[in-house]
Amino acid sequence: MSTSSAATPLVEMRDISIAFGGVKAVDRASLELYPGEVVGLLGHNGAGKSTLIKILSGAYARDAGQIFIDGQEARIDNPRDAKAYGIETIYQTLALADNVDAASNLFLGRELLTAWGTLDDAAMESQARQVMGRLNPNFRRFKDPVKSLSGGQRQSVAIARAIHFNARILIMDEPTAALGPAETAQVGELIKQLKREGIGIFLISHDIHDVFDLADRVTVMKNGKVVGSARTSDVSKDDVLGMIILGKCPPGAIPGPGAAS
Amino acid sequence: MSELSADAKQKFISADRAAASRKIAMKGMMQALGMLPILVILTIGFHLMTDGRFFTGQNISIVAQQAAINTVLAAGMTFVILTGGIDLSVGSILAASAMVGVIASLIPGWGLLGIPAALLTGLFFGLINGSLVAFLQLPPFIVTLGGLTAIRGVARLIGEDQTVFNPDLSFAFIGNGSLTLIPGVLSIPVLAVIAILVILVSWFVLRRTILGTHIYAVGGNPAAARLSGIKVWRVLLVVYAISGLLAGLGGVMSAARLYAANGLQLGQSYELDAIAAVILGGTSFIGGIGSIWGTLIGALIIAVLTNGLILLGVSDIWQFIIKGLVIIGAVTLDRFRTQGGART
Repeated sequence: MSTSSAATPLVEMRDISIAFGGVKAVDRASLELYPGEVVGLLGHNGAGKSTLIKILSGAYARDAGQIFIDGQEARIDNPRDAKAYGIETIYQTLALADNVDAASNLFLGRELLTAWGTLDDAAMESQARQVMGRLNPNFRRFKDPVKSLSGGQRQSVAIARAIHFNARILIMDEPTAALGPAETAQVGELIKQLKREGIGIFLISHDIHDVFDLADRVTVMKNGKVVGSARTSDVSKDDVLGMIILGKCPPGAIPGPGAAS
Repeated sequence: MSELSADAKQKFISADRAAASRKIAMKGMMQALGMLPILVILTIGFHLMTDGRFFTGQNISIVAQQAAINTVLAAGMTFVILTGGIDLSVGSILAASAMVGVIASLIPGWGLLGIPAALLTGLFFGLINGSLVAFLQLPPFIVTLGGLTAIRGVARLIGEDQTVFNPDLSFAFIGNGSLTLIPGVLSIPVLAVIAILVILVSWFVLRRTILGTHIYAVGGNPAAARLSGIKVWRVLLVVYAISGLLAGLGGVMSAARLYAANGLQLGQSYELDAIAAVILGGTSFIGGIGSIWGTLIGALIIAVLTNGLILLGVSDIWQFIIKGLVIIGAVTLDRFRTQGGART
């Protein structure tokens, strides 16, 4: 990555709005992400954070606003468009096909083919083995339907799928909600590793403790609006809690349109 | 962790994995062949009850012939049901395709044109079903229920509600020819050859191609499939097109057997036999679970049952009742057998 990209945000979402049946789920929200940066997107359930991020991942079509990738305006209308920009998402509900095995899930929509145009199961399984070895070395149930896997194992499959295809922007929606302490620590390690590789990561959570230590910056949303953004080094957890609960922007944070006056 | 221990671990994992994958393969086999014992029991039972008239070369050939058309329709139905849909219109599409096929076969010198004409007719109606399901997102049951009625009407309209004959049907060999494997001992009807080919191609598509994986994914979790970047609409369109195309092939097979087609009677309630074969074969009605081999076995069970009851001289009325009960009974048994396993 060149030096100029440090100044240009990897992702910039500008004045994004979306409404569902008259309810403004996201109202003129703006957000930035730089290479190698972890941004925590925080807010109560229903604050609009998941909706905002689903616009970036192509799951929802926005009503208004612009998205820039590397400073260029990006057209993201569906999940395929997002993937073409290197945006990979790990959904809260994991979005795995339960009846299909782990290797097939990893390559779902991007299957490897033999010279004959048929599925190359051997290659897919060996690559799945490689990428899973990096995440969860104990994982070996590549041929079982993912329905029969534990929460942590399913999470590993979902993360493996996201990072295998050279993601540049990773979105993790409640990444540790379904996990035990050991698995949560593992995910934390992984995030640090991906960050070192220059990948930009959005962590979405309603629980500040999940993300505060991992994030470089946090952006807080309330009622569909951005309350403000702050470096985690400039504010305390209590400050951020105040942003989440009261919508009050502390000194050291940059207030957004949703900040309480 | 050192390289060496990682390597040792890897070996350990692969040994463990081999055992696990054998277990999975076994489980898959059991799932696919779940109804095989029932087929075997029925065959042996009928053979004993008919004093050995069932399991003869000639009768097996008849059973194969009777099973062939339903197998072809059921193969198409398997694709549709795997996505969580249903195609009630296959019987009507078969009738319309057969009408078009026979009429086209009457063109002097171009009789073989009847085959592509019938196939394209089937494909056309399948694409209409698929478009309504994929683009307008209408429920498949409603779309194809409408199709069942409307296409039946079209089939009658095509021949002005008359039976069309072609005593010199150029593709009659499809319906009445057979391939001799061992002269005087074993020959296999062309209809059965077609059915076997359809099953093999279906297996290939479902297991070895991207489309197959996507069909299973869409049936298992449509939302996940969409978020994975799968074009769900395309998968849906294709499965109904395949079902229509195979119903068109069924039309060719029926017409070739009868040298004629009739828009009113041909293919009546064939959709029900096709659905029964798929369900007997262990394919989940919810979608995402099932195999084409199960469907083949399901279609054979239905054909064996029909043939055996006729050989036994059971009245038409009781044939219906017994067939219905066997379908329910077989699926009930299967449900108990696989309880605790995958929900089907």
